[in-house]
Amino acid sequence: MKDLNMLLAGFGGQGVLFAGKVAAYAGLIEGRELSWLPSYGPEMRGGTANCSVCLSDEPIGSPLVTNPNVLIAMNRPSLEKFVNDVEPGGVILLDSSLIEIPVEREDVTVCRVPASKIAEENGLSGLANMVLMGKLFEVVGFCKEETLDAALQKCIPARKAAMLDLNRKAIALGRAS
Amino acid sequence: MAEKVLMKGNEALAEAAIQAGCRHFFGYPITPQTELAAYMAKRMPKLGGTYLQAESELAAVNMVLGAAAAGVRAMTSSSSPGVSLKGEGISYMAGSDLPAVIINVQRGGPGLGGIQPSQADYWQATKALGHGDFQILVFAPSTVQEMVDLVALAFDRADEYRMPAMILADGMLGQMMEPVVLPEAHDVAAHEKPWAASGHKNERKHNIVNSLYLTPNALESLVVERYKRYEIVKANEQRAEEYLVDDADVVVVAYGASSRVARSAVNKAREKGLKAGLIRPITLWPFPVDTLKKAARHVKQFLTVEMSMGQMVDDVRLAVECKVPVSFYGRTGGVIPTPKEVLGEIEKLV
Amino acid sequence: MAVVFQKPSTLTDAPLHYCPGCTHGIIHRLVAQAIEELGIEGKTVGVASVGCSVMCYDYFSCDMVQAPHGRAQAVATGLKRARPDNVIFTYQGDGDLAAIGTAETVHAATRGENITVIFVNNAIYGMTGGQMAPTSLPDQITQTTPYGRDVNTAGYPVRVCEMLSTLDGVALAQRVTVDSVKNVNIARKAIKKAFQNQIEGKGYSIIEVLSTCPTNWGLSPVDALKWLDENMIPYYPLGVYKDGVKGDRLK
Repeated sequence: MKDLNMLLAGFGGQGVLFAGKVAAYAGLIEGRELSWLPSYGPEMRGGTANCSVCLSDEPIGSPLVTNPNVLIAMNRPSLEKFVNDVEPGGVILLDSSLIEIPVEREDVTVCRVPASKIAEENGLSGLANMVLMGKLFEVVGFCKEETLDAALQKCIPARKAAMLDLNRKAIALGRAS
Repeated sequence: MAEKVLMKGNEALAEAAIQAGCRHFFGYPITPQTELAAYMAKRMPKLGGTYLQAESELAAVNMVLGAAAAGVRAMTSSSSPGVSLKGEGISYMAGSDLPAVIINVQRGGPGLGGIQPSQADYWQATKALGHGDFQILVFAPSTVQEMVDLVALAFDRADEYRMPAMILADGMLGQMMEPVVLPEAHDVAAHEKPWAASGHKNERKHNIVNSLYLTPNALESLVVERYKRYEIVKANEQRAEEYLVDDADVVVVAYGASSRVARSAVNKAREKGLKAGLIRPITLWPFPVDTLKKAARHVKQFLTVEMSMGQMVDDVRLAVECKVPVSFYGRTGGVIPTPKEVLGEIEKLV
Repeated sequence: MAVVFQKPSTLTDAPLHYCPGCTHGIIHRLVAQAIEELGIEGKTVGVASVGCSVMCYDYFSCDMVQAPHGRAQAVATGLKRARPDNVIFTYQGDGDLAAIGTAETVHAATRGENITVIFVNNAIYGMTGGQMAPTSLPDQITQTTPYGRDVNTAGYPVRVCEMLSTLDGVALAQRVTVDSVKNVNIARKAIKKAFQNQIEGKGYSIIEVLSTCPTNWGLSPVDALKWLDENMIPYYPLGVYKDGVKGDRLK
C-alpha cells in the first residue's frame, strides 16, 4: 500500500487528533510502520490543532509531516497555512461548510466536503472529522474496509461505546458524499 | 511475541519503568513530559507503588535519592528547566554512588524557553549536570520502541555501575505515538545492594550513604576510583546505530528526534545517487567514539545535525580527532529541521 | 563496679567533633536513647543534613544517609516511601530546615509524611562561622548582621513549631530545650514520643530543640545557656503546639 504522509489541521475541539488516531490504529492493525505526532501548545482549548500521521511499509524517518501527500483542513487558517506544502499529486480534503475560499492549485486533487453541514443535518454534531475520514478512505483507501472499523473500535473507550455507531454513521456519510 | 500496542512516548517511558521494576516515582508537572507523571499516577497505586507529586523538582530528585539509598529502583522525569533544578540531587547521587533513572523530555531554552522539542541540553546531560567531577549514563532513544528498551537498560546499567542514568528524549518523542512491544517484567533481584541504607537489622555494621569527604586525599581517591569505573563503562557501553555507512562519503551524525529527520534526508540523498549515511549515537555518554573513529577511516565529510546551536558536534570532532572535516547544521528554539534542509546540507558537502 | 551511667548502644565510639558547650551532644544522646529504648536500631535510618551536624552519620549506629542542604525531609520521604516499615528520622539545623529547606519542611509536614524530625535551633549558622540564621533574633549580632539583625531589612525570625502546627499533616509539634536537668527530661520524653508516633503511624512529628552555640555567639558555655534562657525562650516559647494524629482536626 502507498505511503500516507498526512497532515490534519483545524481548531482544538474539532477532533483532529482523534481522526489522526483512527488512521494510526488502522496502520497498527495492518502491521505497518506508523507514527502519530500532535502539535501541542500552551492552551487546552480553542487554539489551532494539527497532527501528523505517517503510514508506511518502511521505517518512518521524521514523524513531522512537512510535505503531506494528504492534507485534511478543517478550517480556513489551516488551509491557508498548509496548502502550498502539499506534494504535487497529493490530496486536499477540506470542510467546505467552514472554508469558502477556493484552492488555487492545479497539481493536487481537491475534495470539498461540506462535512460540518452533513454532520449537523444527521444529528452528528462534532463528527465532521469522521465525515472527512470517510471521504479520505474513499479517495485514498489507506487501509482495508474492515480495518477502518476495527481502528474505530480501538479508539473509542468502552465507557463511550454509544459513540461507536455515531462515528460509523459519520464515516458512511463521508464515503457517500 | 507480545502484542504491539500504540503508545505515546511519555507513556511508554512510564510503562517501561514499571516493567523494569520501578515502583517509586517522584515528579513535578512540566510540559512536554506531563503524560509520564499522569500515567504513573494512574498505575502506581494499583501496583502498590509510590507516585508522589513533589513540591518542586529539587524535592522530587531528592526523594529519588532517598528511595535509591533505601535500595529500590526509583525514577523522576522532567523537561529542561526542571532538569536544571535536578542537577543538585544528581551530583549528590553521583557522589554517593546511587543508581537512579532521570528522564529529560527536552524543550527549548535557555530560561523558560519554549515548550517545543529541542536538543539543547546535550552539554548539560553529558558534561555539566551538576558540580564536581562526575559522569552519568546518557541514553538517547529515537523511537518509542527504543524509549521502552532503553529505560530497562538504563535501570540495569545504573544498578550495575552504581551511577545515575538519564534518558535524554525530547518533546517530539515524548508526544508522538508509535507501535511498541512492551518487555516482560524484569528480574530486579539480580542486583544485590548490600550498600543500601535499608536498616541493618542488627546483622551488620551501619551503612552510610554519603558524598562528604573532608580530607582531600580521601575525596581524591574516591573520585579516582569512580573514574576507573567510568573507563569500564566507556569500554563496554558505547552504543550507536550505523545506517548505510559502509560506502558513504558523507555521514550525518544525529541522535534522537533529529536522527529521524537525518534518516529521511539520507534516504532522499541515496535516491539521488549520493553516497550518504547516518551514525546515530544511542549512548551520548559514553559517546560512541569507536564507531566514529572507524567511520573516519573512509568517510570524507561528517555533518552533525542537532536541534540546538551545536553541542554534540564538539564530541564528534574530538572523536574523529579533526582528521575529517565535521560541519554542523541545526535549528533551535523548538524548530525541527526538515529532511529537505538536511538534504541541502548533504548536497553542499558532496 | 556497678555501671550507673553509660552511653546508649546506638551511638558509635567515634568522638564527637562539636565545640565545648554545644548542646548537639546532649541531643544526639537523647535521639540515640529513644532508638535504643524502642528497640528499633535495626530498622532505623537517619538522615544527616548540612550544617554542624552533617557528620552525625558517623555517630548514630543505625544506617544513615547524608542529604543535600535543605533536602533532608525530601530524602526522608524517599526512604520512608521505599521502605514504610523502617523508622526514618532527620536531624537538621535551623539554616537547613527553616531557610534553604523551608519548602521541603512545609510539604513533608502537610503531606503528613510519617517521619520524625529533630530540629536543632541555635539561632545561627554554626558550621560556616556564625552568619544570620532564619531563626536569629531581632538585633542579634552575627557575622552577616554586624549591626544586629534589622527586621526592616532582614525580616523577622521564623517560629517553626507555630507555623507547622497549623498544617493538618502534623501529629506532633513540640518545642523543648536542654538547658537543665528538668528540660532535658522533657526533651527526652518528647523525642521518644516523636519516634513512637511514627511506629504507630500517626503522621509527621517534629521536635524543635533550642540549642546553644557558644563559639559563634561569643559566650562561655554557661553564659550561652543564660543567653538562651533570657533571649530565645521568650521569642520561642517552650511547649506543645500540636499533639494528636494527622488530620484529627478535620474530624
